[in-house]
Amino acid sequence: MRPMIELDQLTKRFGTITAVDNVSMTVNAGEVLGFLGPNGAGKSTTMKMVAGFLDPTSGRASVCGQDVGTDPVAVKRRLGYLPEGAPTYGDMTPASYLRFIAEIRGFDGAERQRRVDAVVEKVSLEEVLHQPIETLSKGFKRRVGLAQTMLHDPPVLIMDEPTDGLDPNQKRHVRSLIREMAHDKAIVISTHILEEVQAVCSRAVIIARGKIQADARPDELRAKATNHNAVLIITTESDAGPIKSKVGAMAGVSNIQTEQKSDSIVHIRVFPKKGQQISGQIGDLLRAENLTAREMFVEQGALDDVFWDMTAETKQGGNRNA
Amino acid sequence: MRNIRIIAKREFASYFGTPLAYVFIVIFLALTGSMTFFLGAFLFRGQADLQPFFVYHPWLYLLLVPAVAMRLWSEERKTGTIENLMTLPISTHEAVLGKFLAAWAFCAIALFLTFPIWITVNVLGDPDNGVIMASYLGSLLMAGAFLAIGSCMSALTKNQVISFIIAATACFLFTMSGLDIVLNFFRAWTPDWFVETIASLSFLTHFNAVTQGLIESRDIVFFVSLIAFWLFANILIVDLKKAS
Repeated sequence: MRPMIELDQLTKRFGTITAVDNVSMTVNAGEVLGFLGPNGAGKSTTMKMVAGFLDPTSGRASVCGQDVGTDPVAVKRRLGYLPEGAPTYGDMTPASYLRFIAEIRGFDGAERQRRVDAVVEKVSLEEVLHQPIETLSKGFKRRVGLAQTMLHDPPVLIMDEPTDGLDPNQKRHVRSLIREMAHDKAIVISTHILEEVQAVCSRAVIIARGKIQADARPDELRAKATNHNAVLIITTESDAGPIKSKVGAMAGVSNIQTEQKSDSIVHIRVFPKKGQQISGQIGDLLRAENLTAREMFVEQGALDDVFWDMTAETKQGGNRNA
Repeated sequence: MRNIRIIAKREFASYFGTPLAYVFIVIFLALTGSMTFFLGAFLFRGQADLQPFFVYHPWLYLLLVPAVAMRLWSEERKTGTIENLMTLPISTHEAVLGKFLAAWAFCAIALFLTFPIWITVNVLGDPDNGVIMASYLGSLLMAGAFLAIGSCMSALTKNQVISFIIAATACFLFTMSGLDIVLNFFRAWTPDWFVETIASLSFLTHFNAVTQGLIESRDIVFFVSLIAFWLFANILIVDLKKAS
């Protein structure tokens, strides 16, 4: 595992506001890191500092061993950076824009053409290659931005909300592009779409108010959800009472919630004690007591809930049904 | 150098990607022509020189050059493309110089297209072509100085209109500073050396010296150092304000 991005106590203050507060982390080659957080949490600011667009107030960032503060041009050479909203020159065509990017990245002649052709094919821009960018749809504009980011096949990619505002098919396309590139690069994407983290990321970092709140694999994060491994039993009203009392008496159960869904249907959610698997026991118990459950699930826990718990300013606590 | 050339090439092409370039060139040519013939009485002076042509250049540039410069950085900041540009492997001075040179080359083309008047004066009489060459050079240098001011002001704001107004005002002060109206204001309460310093910053003084055929190194040095100063300020401002 080679460390590709290293942040060391990175801090950025704007006046009295601390946008990024003492953030330290390392991203290795082969990782796709999902950078999660509510708006204004400091995601973009952190990314801009790594890309060399913003200078940190204190701390340092380095990419491939090069310090962003002392040698920004060397860092920018190794980096593909997609700013939020993927801005591009609207009066240029994708062809002329990508040629410009290729030239400034140091490619000439046949190599320049080869790079442009390869990236155009990768993001499927062929049909709009010679139309002004400002006349293109949002999806195509975003693809032009993505093409710009990966034209020089950089070892490190930083993309600020790469799928924001795209339709579901375009999102899927962008995600598969990211997955294809993932095996030998270090990729950081920021997002507030949690399904995206599950779909493409090997690691998730949650940031709120400038501080890292969590840093784990997406499935580890999900395990932190309050309803992780909870068992949901859907049953009739008549059976609900006995089920509640029998299951509630089990050793591994910490809590039970019930919810009347309609006249005859009741949802019973059984929370296990920490680390316990109770679905098997519940199944056995129901059979033994001859009680019928219409359906029974083991819940995985949703990233949304973990995200909420870690980032919400004011927690509503007991009012929430997990 | 390579990066400056690439940036300049892109920027130059983008002038012609919008109607701005054509509108500017047409207006510039129409105004230089009409001022020369009507205000300058080119045909009735009985002198074969281009004095009535060049004398209005400072006033034309005052209005037109900030219009060329205003988009250089304001637009990048407004559309957010500055974030792309400044995360490419180039340094700030390369970006500033590339953009400036593109705008300057554009002004040079507009100025070059006034060549029919040079031909006209040669057909009608026997002018001193050395003086005319010098005047063209002086005019181009002065356009460069206006542009450097405009480019620097453009880096200050996202708003092109504001950048135009600030740049035009700054250019106006530099143009006027040699005239008595401005100098009398300072004479009353500042020491002589200060008044002389202000007078020496005047575009008009230096430009008129050049158009009279006196190419002195101090006039060239004046414009070149003014360009250098404003571009240096431009680099600092881009670095400071690019992300705000």
